[in-house]
Amino acid sequence: MKTFRMGGVHPADKKISQNAQIEKLPIPKTVYISMIQHLGAPAVPCVAVGDKVKVGQLIGTPTGFVSAPIHSSVSGTVKAIEMINDLSGRQVNTVVIDTEGDEWMEGIDRSETIEREIKLDAKQIVERVKECGVVGLGGATFPTSVKLSPPPTAKPTCVIINAAECEPYLTSDYRVMMEMPEQVIIGGTILMKALGVNKCYIGVEENKPKAIAKLKEFCGKYSGVEVVTLKKKYPQGGEKQLIDAVIGKRVPSMGLPVDTGAVVQNVGTAFAVYEAVQKNKPLFEGVMTVTGDCSNQQRNFVHRVGTPLSFIMEFCGGVPAQAAKIISGGPMMGKAIVNIDAPTLKGTSSILYLTEAQTKRKEESNCIRCGKCADACPMGLEPYLLNKLGRASMMDELEAHYVYDCIECGCCSFTCPAYIPLLDTIRQSKAAVMKIMKSRTAPAPAK
Amino acid sequence: MNTIVFTIATLALLGLLLAIVLYIVAQKFKVEEDPKIDVVEALLPGANCGGCGKAGCRAFAEAAVKEGLGNLFCPVGGNTAMQNVAQALGQTIEAKEPQVAVLRCNGSCNNRVKTNIYDGYATCATITSLYHGDTDCRFGCLGRGDCEAVCKFGAIKVNPATGLPEVDQEKCTACGACVKACPKLLLELRNKGPKSRRIFVSCRNMDKGAVARKACKVACIGCGKCFKVCAFEAITIDKNLAYIDYTKCRMCRKCVAECPTGAIHELNFPPRPVAAAKPAEPKPVEQKVEVPVNK
Repeated sequence: MKTFRMGGVHPADKKISQNAQIEKLPIPKTVYISMIQHLGAPAVPCVAVGDKVKVGQLIGTPTGFVSAPIHSSVSGTVKAIEMINDLSGRQVNTVVIDTEGDEWMEGIDRSETIEREIKLDAKQIVERVKECGVVGLGGATFPTSVKLSPPPTAKPTCVIINAAECEPYLTSDYRVMMEMPEQVIIGGTILMKALGVNKCYIGVEENKPKAIAKLKEFCGKYSGVEVVTLKKKYPQGGEKQLIDAVIGKRVPSMGLPVDTGAVVQNVGTAFAVYEAVQKNKPLFEGVMTVTGDCSNQQRNFVHRVGTPLSFIMEFCGGVPAQAAKIISGGPMMGKAIVNIDAPTLKGTSSILYLTEAQTKRKEESNCIRCGKCADACPMGLEPYLLNKLGRASMMDELEAHYVYDCIECGCCSFTCPAYIPLLDTIRQSKAAVMKIMKSRTAPAPAK
Repeated sequence: MNTIVFTIATLALLGLLLAIVLYIVAQKFKVEEDPKIDVVEALLPGANCGGCGKAGCRAFAEAAVKEGLGNLFCPVGGNTAMQNVAQALGQTIEAKEPQVAVLRCNGSCNNRVKTNIYDGYATCATITSLYHGDTDCRFGCLGRGDCEAVCKFGAIKVNPATGLPEVDQEKCTACGACVKACPKLLLELRNKGPKSRRIFVSCRNMDKGAVARKACKVACIGCGKCFKVCAFEAITIDKNLAYIDYTKCRMCRKCVAECPTGAIHELNFPPRPVAAAKPAEPKPVEQKVEVPVNK
């Protein structure tokens, strides 16, 4: 069975919400649609206070190449455009909409029928994906249209659908595969057409046998689509790791994934691409998981973007009493939620309740040079060394030891027997080094 | 016996030859350096703190000799050292007002309630890279002591009772290391002032008044009362935050009495005559409340 070559860890699986069918979350009275829901330049609101909007109407226009438009997820009146705290307490420009009814834009196909024939050509597909604001739903929310327009030097040879879902607890991708397998595969063929390639791999980890069977059942009908079963290992869902696992090629340091010929898209993204291209539906809904060992409700929802997290928590019977930390995203790479009134984003994949025992950091002790972190690092870095260099702010040494290659997966901190917060220090030094490197290549200020 | 003599003679000859070679090389590749650089370096405090903007005292001396004093100023040596350097170089410079670092946050554990628990790597820079901090104030001090770690003079220490750093004005040399280290930009170099008296707004919260006040009892709410009462146009209000320009402030202390939240601090002033001041004024005092120490 295939997997990536280097490093990796095996956190407990904990897919306790995997049998919960995707439910439709009710629409809240007010939604808060953030203008930063993607990597790159924030969108700019193109509606004014008091405007009536419909579901799927454009409310934020992109600025720059790496950016994405934002669409309204409800119909109603724009109540305000203001700065609102996001889930980490940072202020983000947000369009606040009071919901009235559920009136959709014309042109969006709301029927359940599966559209199999792809009518658009490659250029139109990329354009449609861009207009519909589709972004990578695997976590990084990188605008999909940018990935579908590789630089002219790159020669894409295949599409890889990232269905690894290697993070514990998360089941939203799994449910999408179980309930919409054919749509995901059609999404994959659309991506193939957009890039002009004739191979599409769907990489699924072995712990999802039902999903593998479901996908295999349909992929015979579509030429070039192949399901690849992967060994269970974290971080298999990392873009570089998945490419290594599926086609056995390594992304060069500082290179683009497309340099290997592979373009990776998440399952959720493939589904969003299907909806955008075949159903003309912009990305304003997402699938998310609400789970946790201490929670008595394990559920998967389709949420409208901009739904306050507190609304979802209340809908699921409130925050469990033992929950000490609430995380948005997986336990390995997710972010702790500081502000539960923050709205969901396109990329929101879960609300995860962790108990104090699960989340409490143990006291840091000295490095015993066991080398477990170096073994676990999927990028072949030396976390113990980067940690030391980072604490001493030795920027040139950090650069020489490839700190910028860190994918922030957290394997090092996870394995460290001395509980050293390796990722915390490395992440910080990575940011500092990247800043220095950027300033070096930046054009000199005008004289 | 012969062997010993032979050995000594050979080694002596070798030594002599190598000494001559070394001498020639040393003469040939001699680095000509202005002797003034050594003189200037000797006059500097030798802290190598980088407060002047140069890599160290030697770099400062080189720059001073080669390019003239210009805007160079050694904050550690202060005016005395600078006068000595200027004299040695035969230049004249103007005396600068001595400065000191000032913390513009008074969000102690009492004034600003913690709303979440952070248990990751405890440096202010890490916290800032992750989120806004463990209180509702996005602008306030995180109290993890990045400033303390960079201070080479032991002049700044985080007080565990208040969770805020305190500047020892006797030790502070105004090198500016803490100013650069603080990710929340809370430390500012301000003129030490006559008799070390200073007035400043101890807050940097730019949220709207109600939000700021909810997060912290002693936040500046941008009400503008101090702005109205100031006769010297020293106070400006920008983004719901007052700022006192220390070059314009004449230390009349009217703003201190006016501030409804006690965000404006006065330091090293004699106590006010009780009769002159209005009786029940909220007097902003340095936080000296007994607080159980968090471990």
